[in-house]
Amino acid sequence: MTHFGTILTGIAFSPNLKANVFETLRLGSMLNAKVVLVHVGKKNDKKEQLVSEYCNVFPEFKENVTVIWESGNPVDVIINACKNHKADLLILGAAKRQKSKRYFLGAVAKKIAKKAPCSLLLFIKPSIERVPCRHIVVNGLKHPKTNNTIQASFEFANAIGSNKVTIVEEIAQSEVTIKVDDDKSLEKSTLLQEQILERETSRVSTILNEIDDSLKKNISIKSQGIFGTRGYSIGHYAKIQRADLLVMNKPEKSTFWDKIFPQDIDYILSELPTDVLIIH
Amino acid sequence: MVSLIALPLGIGLALASEVPPIAGIVTAVVGGVLVAILGGSNVTITGPGNGLVGVVAGAVLLYADQSGLTGAEGIYEGYLIVLAAVICSGLLMLILGFLRLGKLSNYFPSSAIQGMLAAIGLIILGKQFHIMMGNRISKNGSLEYLTEIPQTIIKSFSYTDSSLTFAMLSGVISLVIMVFYAKIRNKYLQLIPAPMWIVLLAIGFSYYYELILQLPNPIHPDYMISGIPEAHEIIANIPTPNFNKVGTFGFWSVVLSLTLIASIESLLSIKAVDKLDPEKRRSNVNRDIKAIGFANIIAGFLGGLNVVTVIARSSVNVNNGASNRSSNFFHATFLVVFIVLFSSELTRIPLPALMAILVFTGWKLAHPTKIIDTFKIGKEQGFIFLTTLIITISIGLIEGILTGILATGIIHLIINKSIVHFFRNILKPNVLMFKERDTNNYYVSVKNFCTFLNFAKLKRKLDTIPETEEAIIDFSLCDFVDHTVMESMADYKEIFRKKGGSLEIIGLDLLDAGSKHPFGLRKMLPVKKVLESTGVLTNRQELIKSIAKELDYSYTVRKKIETEYLENFIYFKTKTINHTYNEIGKKDTVFKAFDIEFYEGEFIAKEVVRATMFYTELDHILPVFSIHREGFLELIYHYAGFTDIKIEKEPEFSKKFYIKGEDDFSIQQLITPELAQLFLNNPTFHVESNGYALLVFTKERLAGTNEIKKMKVFANDLRNLI
Repeated sequence: MTHFGTILTGIAFSPNLKANVFETLRLGSMLNAKVVLVHVGKKNDKKEQLVSEYCNVFPEFKENVTVIWESGNPVDVIINACKNHKADLLILGAAKRQKSKRYFLGAVAKKIAKKAPCSLLLFIKPSIERVPCRHIVVNGLKHPKTNNTIQASFEFANAIGSNKVTIVEEIAQSEVTIKVDDDKSLEKSTLLQEQILERETSRVSTILNEIDDSLKKNISIKSQGIFGTRGYSIGHYAKIQRADLLVMNKPEKSTFWDKIFPQDIDYILSELPTDVLIIH
Repeated sequence: MVSLIALPLGIGLALASEVPPIAGIVTAVVGGVLVAILGGSNVTITGPGNGLVGVVAGAVLLYADQSGLTGAEGIYEGYLIVLAAVICSGLLMLILGFLRLGKLSNYFPSSAIQGMLAAIGLIILGKQFHIMMGNRISKNGSLEYLTEIPQTIIKSFSYTDSSLTFAMLSGVISLVIMVFYAKIRNKYLQLIPAPMWIVLLAIGFSYYYELILQLPNPIHPDYMISGIPEAHEIIANIPTPNFNKVGTFGFWSVVLSLTLIASIESLLSIKAVDKLDPEKRRSNVNRDIKAIGFANIIAGFLGGLNVVTVIARSSVNVNNGASNRSSNFFHATFLVVFIVLFSSELTRIPLPALMAILVFTGWKLAHPTKIIDTFKIGKEQGFIFLTTLIITISIGLIEGILTGILATGIIHLIINKSIVHFFRNILKPNVLMFKERDTNNYYVSVKNFCTFLNFAKLKRKLDTIPETEEAIIDFSLCDFVDHTVMESMADYKEIFRKKGGSLEIIGLDLLDAGSKHPFGLRKMLPVKKVLESTGVLTNRQELIKSIAKELDYSYTVRKKIETEYLENFIYFKTKTINHTYNEIGKKDTVFKAFDIEFYEGEFIAKEVVRATMFYTELDHILPVFSIHREGFLELIYHYAGFTDIKIEKEPEFSKKFYIKGEDDFSIQQLITPELAQLFLNNPTFHVESNGYALLVFTKERLAGTNEIKKMKVFANDLRNLI
């Protein structure tokens, strides 16, 4: 079973084009996947030439690449392309906020991200040279999707040669039902926190046990429990640990309430700590 | 002992508040009994607070005017309405306590609170000074009372009525006692607190005239305490609060002021007293606020004023060896005994003498050094302080504190030149805390900015860390940290230190200090400026400096860009070193520690990393190797042609650590049992050799000073063994 059979990315002729294409092709070759490049807008010779020039840099991989030229609403075009080509992974690039060194997903990309029928990879700094991805942080939420996510992260880690995976169990502060008022309640709440952490760690280690040993062989695995707002604190953690990639579950379909109260993923999308992989 | 102070203070505060003197005693008794039974703090004393004097007196006089009655009757009418306000504010505090909003003051900038307290001090001082000098006047605003002070002093030299002069003298002498009491260190003198000395002397003086000179008391009868009822009368004459004004806006503004001041004063006192507690217990603030709220309601019905946790009486309590809440209870009981036995004696105390006690406390609250201190922290803090102070005196308390908050907010915006940054991030959860699995330290990282606006978030996390543990607070992802936070962090540090843990702050070295004061606000510097930073040492730098001094090492803050000697370590092969800074080192040999800043990745600046490392040169040749526990460096060493080396003699060591190098044989030779043991005992260290020197570090982040010390010990042992 593989999670990453077909990779799809939208290409716009921005200054980042070269880096975006390079990242995608490199990833495709590492994952041994097919790559679909979707250009939204009219085809012209100059652009076509440029794209094929880039593809020529990866000669042995060239036949796996398909380029599509289609015009229309970028959101629809890309989503449809994902469906038509049965893409497993959609790659999007992030924008950088002026001055503040913070990365976020542009309006169009955000719309695509929310509608995408497959996994998503959000690059914050696509580069032409290869930057090794060493440390991957994966969420270990208590959720049916988590097993799959962790499985996929190990596949990904092996394909791109990462050698450190940290599984982060985010525990909502509300689970610590004891409020700290004085020394006694502090003692109780510390104990409760320890218990929760232990429980979470054992849960994660059961998931880890199910993963094939061959995938785990060259990787040092850590798990870390953190208390904080879901989605947000894992991003914060990834940032201070200077992880290269953050892997998360895809959230459930958003409801009316989610629009008012931001969900985990919204935090991440509005301020990307690192490259982010969202597993469908 | 405490009741000796509580008695004169209670009466004085009540009189200054324009309410019957017994109200002060009722407050102390009710507060003492109820908070002792229901409260959540340990060694605090509750009773009437000086912060409330201005509000209560203002309200009483206002309602006296409105009642249409004149003189004492009008004032009594005002008092009854204020009682209703006290009850309502008690209810409000009770609600706050149940909503766990007791920590209201967390949201107030500390300079604004300081300004407000100073204003309260000035209000008390301004008003009571005249009575102390035997010159009762009636003015409209607190400011007018203050400006009238020189006039009163001049006038006091020209009293024609000698009884007024006597009144003035009793006041001035009392003030002198208050001022000099603390300065005279005499065992016997200090047995009785200053306020009680004043009471005793005053009563003695009156008996001297009555019994020995057989003359009437020379002090003007207007300036003697009146209206102290006998014990049985107190119970018979419990006043009924007047709730007629509940519907008016003014009434609720009084209630709000009372609640605000009562909670802030209580919280500040609890915080301060917790630091004094010999057993270092943590007070349950919300429970205390609930108890105080409840005590307020009861006190209001019995004719008392707002119950507040008071710092002066509490600290006397601690100094006299109090260890639990019973001392508060007994202070209340003794007060009852005093009143029952000696209530008639109290009428012998001259009013100016009592007012001198209040003038002194007012002076302490508004002491000029407070303004100077605030200005030392930063000009902007001084500005906030003064703004709050002036608005509080000239308009009112609530307006004052609101202005203070607003001024702080605006100043923060001006300093950061960015509104967007604040608004975008204010609601985001910006604090991350976790327990590092390998070292068991608590690690707290704060993002974006940390000011009085969102300090509560950080505080909530910090409060869940047992103070016996080690905690590291990392502000390196913060662009701006304000004075309120810096000050609270210093408090936390002290609590952790006293309880045997430690709390360290890292990541401030790169923020520019607003002033030389350790509590000054910190702002992110533009990158270029870092190299020529302001020369103000952060707390961490001060600590490093003291470590250096302890070890007789040299210490250089300056950034050094000569880092070639590090570049042939394989670790740095793929990294670009910017500079090293905060370097400490042994004077003759090359054995030094430094913070280092480098970029990862040769070409694309992935991210800036700052870490603390030890570097030592050896006098003999070593094989090139690296020993570490985690696999994160695998890749680089793999490229460098290194292989994992098995050490047959030390299977456990070999299993737990990655030992890499080019020359298997010489490395196997190098690992002695002692060395293996050293590593097994200190598994978090990463050690690398480049052939003639060693590099030691733990994490790819800056180390706290405790961690530096541990690293130093390890590096030293290692050096000796290799």
